[in-house]
Amino acid sequence: MGMFILRRTGVMLLTALCLTFIVFILTTLYPNLEKLAKNQGNFRMSDAEVASYLGNRGYTQGKFQNYGEWLGILPGYVIEGTDGKTRGRCSNHGTVVPDAPKYCGVLQGNWGFSSVFKEPVGDVVKTRLALTGKLMFWVMVVMIPGALIIGVLAGMREGSQLDRSLSTGAIVTTATPEYVSGVIFIAIFTSSAVGLKWFKGSATSAMDNATLENFLLPVLTIALYGMGYIARMTRASMTEVMTAQYIRTARLKGVSFANIVLKHALRNALIAPFTVIMLQIPWLLNGVVIVETLFNFKGFGWVLVQAASNNDIDLLLAVAVVGVIVVLLTQLISDIGYVFLNPRIRIS
Amino acid sequence: MQHLSWTGTLGVYLNPLFLTALVCFLTLALAAVARGFSPRSDGPHLINPTPPSVSLIGPSLVIGLALWLLSLAGVSLLAPLALGNIWMSLILCLILGAVAGFGLFQISAEMIFKLVWLAFYATLILFGLYLAIGLFVKPETMGIVGAISQRLIPTWIALAVTFALSILFKRKLGLYGKLFDSPIGMIGLGLVLFWIFTAIFGAGFDWIATHDPLTQVSGMKNKHPGIPLRGATEADYPYYLLGGDTLARDVFSRAIFGSGIVIVIAPAATIFAFMVGITLGLPAGYFGGRLDTVLSFLSNLVLAFPVILLFFLLVTPEIVETGLPNYLAVILFVFPVIFIAVAQYSKNRLKPGFLTLQFPILLIIGIWLYLSLVSETGKPVDLLPPMLDLFDVPAEILLVFVSVVFVNSPTAFRIVRGLTLDVKTRDYVAAAQTRGEGPWYIMLWEILPNVRGPLIVDFCLRIGYATILLGTLGFFGLGLESESPDWGTTINAGRKLLSVYLAPPLVPAFSLMSLVLGLNLLADGLREESLKD
Repeated sequence: MGMFILRRTGVMLLTALCLTFIVFILTTLYPNLEKLAKNQGNFRMSDAEVASYLGNRGYTQGKFQNYGEWLGILPGYVIEGTDGKTRGRCSNHGTVVPDAPKYCGVLQGNWGFSSVFKEPVGDVVKTRLALTGKLMFWVMVVMIPGALIIGVLAGMREGSQLDRSLSTGAIVTTATPEYVSGVIFIAIFTSSAVGLKWFKGSATSAMDNATLENFLLPVLTIALYGMGYIARMTRASMTEVMTAQYIRTARLKGVSFANIVLKHALRNALIAPFTVIMLQIPWLLNGVVIVETLFNFKGFGWVLVQAASNNDIDLLLAVAVVGVIVVLLTQLISDIGYVFLNPRIRIS
Repeated sequence: MQHLSWTGTLGVYLNPLFLTALVCFLTLALAAVARGFSPRSDGPHLINPTPPSVSLIGPSLVIGLALWLLSLAGVSLLAPLALGNIWMSLILCLILGAVAGFGLFQISAEMIFKLVWLAFYATLILFGLYLAIGLFVKPETMGIVGAISQRLIPTWIALAVTFALSILFKRKLGLYGKLFDSPIGMIGLGLVLFWIFTAIFGAGFDWIATHDPLTQVSGMKNKHPGIPLRGATEADYPYYLLGGDTLARDVFSRAIFGSGIVIVIAPAATIFAFMVGITLGLPAGYFGGRLDTVLSFLSNLVLAFPVILLFFLLVTPEIVETGLPNYLAVILFVFPVIFIAVAQYSKNRLKPGFLTLQFPILLIIGIWLYLSLVSETGKPVDLLPPMLDLFDVPAEILLVFVSVVFVNSPTAFRIVRGLTLDVKTRDYVAAAQTRGEGPWYIMLWEILPNVRGPLIVDFCLRIGYATILLGTLGFFGLGLESESPDWGTTINAGRKLLSVYLAPPLVPAFSLMSLVLGLNLLADGLREESLKD
C-alpha cells in the first residue's frame, strides 16, 4: 500500500510538472506576451517597445529558464534593462531591492503577482478557493445523499415503475448541462416574466452571507448535473448486489424487504458509487466555472475566467496547479478508498 | 395585426382538455412515484404478495376517485382566485392531486398504473392534435404551436417516412431495427432524428426558418413570442414566432439555424475523436508495455486538465494567431487516414492488384482530402496550392472542431484500450494469432468488430457530450463569432435579459437539452437491446 501511494504520488508530481509546463508555454507564447505588455504598459506601444518591455522584464530568456524561475529551481533573473533600470524577478519585476532573495518560485512559496487583481496570486487563490469551497460543500450536501437515495431506490427493484421513472429522471439531469438548467431555474424562479420570484438570480450576496434565497439555485444547478450520473452508477451497483446469492438467502429466511435493502444490500452497493463520486469532483469544477459565471459568484471558477480572458500568467498557472491537484488527488483518494472499502481486495 | 397567442382561436376549446389531461397525468405520476417509496408496496420480487382484500376495493375506490377529482377541480377553480398566480396554483394543484392519488394507491395499485398511462396517452394525443391541426390551418387559428408545427412539415414527413420504413423492415435491420422494440430507444431516436432532419431541411435547404438568422429588423428588438413583423411585405412571414432577441433577430429562425451548426460539428468531432482513440487505443491495449505507458500517460495528462481552462488556453485570438490549432489539426486529422489505410492494407494486401492499383488510389484520395482539410491559404498551415485545395473550413469552425476533438480523444482512447485489454485474451484472437495473422489485422478485423456494441453506445453518449462542450464554448463566447446562431452563443447572449425576456435563451436551451436527452436515451436503448443477445 505504501509503495502504491508513493508511486501514485510520483506520477502525480510528474503530471503536475508537465501540465504546468504546457500552461506556461501556452500563456507565454509571443502574441500572449505582447497582449500582456500592452495591457501593463500602454496600448499604443510599437513592436520594438513591446520587445524591449518584455526583454527588460525577463520574459524573453527562453522557456525553460523562465519556467525554472517560476518553479524556483533556477535563480530569478536580474537584468539591466535598455532603459537603464535594473529589474529582478525576486523584486516583483521592479527595481532590484538589495535584500531580495536569490530564488523566488513556487517552491519558495512565491506564486507571483496577479496582473488582473493587483494582488499576490497566493492571496487571490486562497480567498477565492474558500468561497468555492463553500459552494462545493453545499453541492456535496445536496448531491451525494440525493444521488445515493435515488440510486438505491431505483436499484432495489429493477424494472419496477419506480426504477423506470427515477432512471428516466436521472437521464434527463445528465442531459441538462449547467448552463441550460441554470438558465431554466433563473427563468422560472427569479424572473418577473413568470412572477414566482422565490429566489435571487445572482449569488453575489452569497459570498458574505449565504441564504436559501441566494444560494439554492447555484447549488442545485451544479448538483443536478452530477446527481444523475452518480445515481445511475449507484443503481447499477445496487441491482448487481440485489441479484447476489446472499440476498436470496436472506429473502428465503424471511427477512423483510426493508431490512434486506438497509442491512444487507446497502453497504456493498455503496462501494462503487464512492469511486464515482470522487471521480466526479473534477467534472464539478466545470460546473463551478459555468455556475459562478452565470450567477456572478466571484469564486475560483470566476477567477479562472478572469485570469484566462486577461492572460494573467501567474494566476493562470496557479489555477492550473490547483485544478490538476484536485483531479489527481481525487483519483488517488478514490483508488485508496476503493481498496479500504472493499474487503475482497483489502484481504487479498 | 394581432399578437399571435400560443394556441390561437382553437386553443380556447382545446386548452382546457389538454390541461386537464396534463394535470391528471402529472398528479397520478407523482403519486405513482410516491407509491414506490412507500415500504408497503408489493414489488414483483416478493414471494407471497398478500392480495388486497376484495371487499375493500369497491366503495373506497369510488370514494377515493371522487375525492381526487373533486380536489383537482376545486383547486384548479379556486386557486387562481385565491393566489392570483397561475404557477402557484398549478404547483398547489399538483401537490394536492398527488396526495389524493397516493391515497388511491393504497387501494388498488394496478388500476392506478393503468390510469397513469391512460392520462399520459391522452396528454400525448391532445398535444399531437395541436401539431396536427396546426399543419392545415392559418397561424391565427392554432397559434404559435400550430404555426411552428406547420413550418416543421418537412421534418414531420421525413420522420414519419423513416419510422414507417424502419418499423416495416425492422427484422432485417440488425441492431438499428431492434431499437424499435424499446420505447426508450424509439423516443431517443425520434428526438435525434427530429434535430437531424430539422438541421438538414432548416439550415441546409432553408425550408423551415421563417426569417434570416442574422438580419435585424427595426422595431423587433426584445419582443415576446408571436409578435407580428413590423413592415412585413407579401414575401415575408408575418410573425416572429418566438419573438425577437436583443438585436431584433428572429429567435425561432436562429434556433433552427443553430441546429445546423451543432448537428454537423458534434458528430463529426466525435467521429474524429474516435478515430484517434481507436488508432491509438488498439495498439496500446494489444501490445501493452512501454507504448501503453506513454500513451496512457499522455491521455491522463489531457484528462487532468480542467476542460474549460483548456478551452480558454486554446481558443483565444492570441493563440489562434500563433497557428497552434492548425498544427493540432494537422496531428489530429491524420488519424482517420492512417486508420483507413491500415485497415485496408492489413485486410487486402494479399489480393492481386490491390497493392499496385486500389491501395495507391485510396491513399492519394485520403491524403488529398486530409491536406484540403488542414491547409488553408494564408494561414500557418498552407500545404496545398489553392488550385488543388478542395474546400476551406472557416477558421473559427476549425478551431472549435479541433478543441472538441482534442478534449474527447483521450476518453475514446481509454475506452478502446480497456475494451481491447478485455477482448485480447479471447479464443478467436488466439486462433487468428495461430493462423499467422499480423497484429494490425487482428486489432482491426478481429478485436474492433467484436467491441463495436459498447463503442456504438459510447459514441452516442459522446456526441451528446460534444454537444454540451460546443454549448460551453459558445456560453463563454469562445471560438464562434458573437452573432453565430449556435445554441451556446445564443444562450449566452440571451441570459443578460433573462428576467424579462425568456424566449431568447430558453429556446436554444431546450433545443440543446432535447438533443442531448435524445442521444442519451438512444444510447440507453441501444445498450439495452445489444445486451439482450
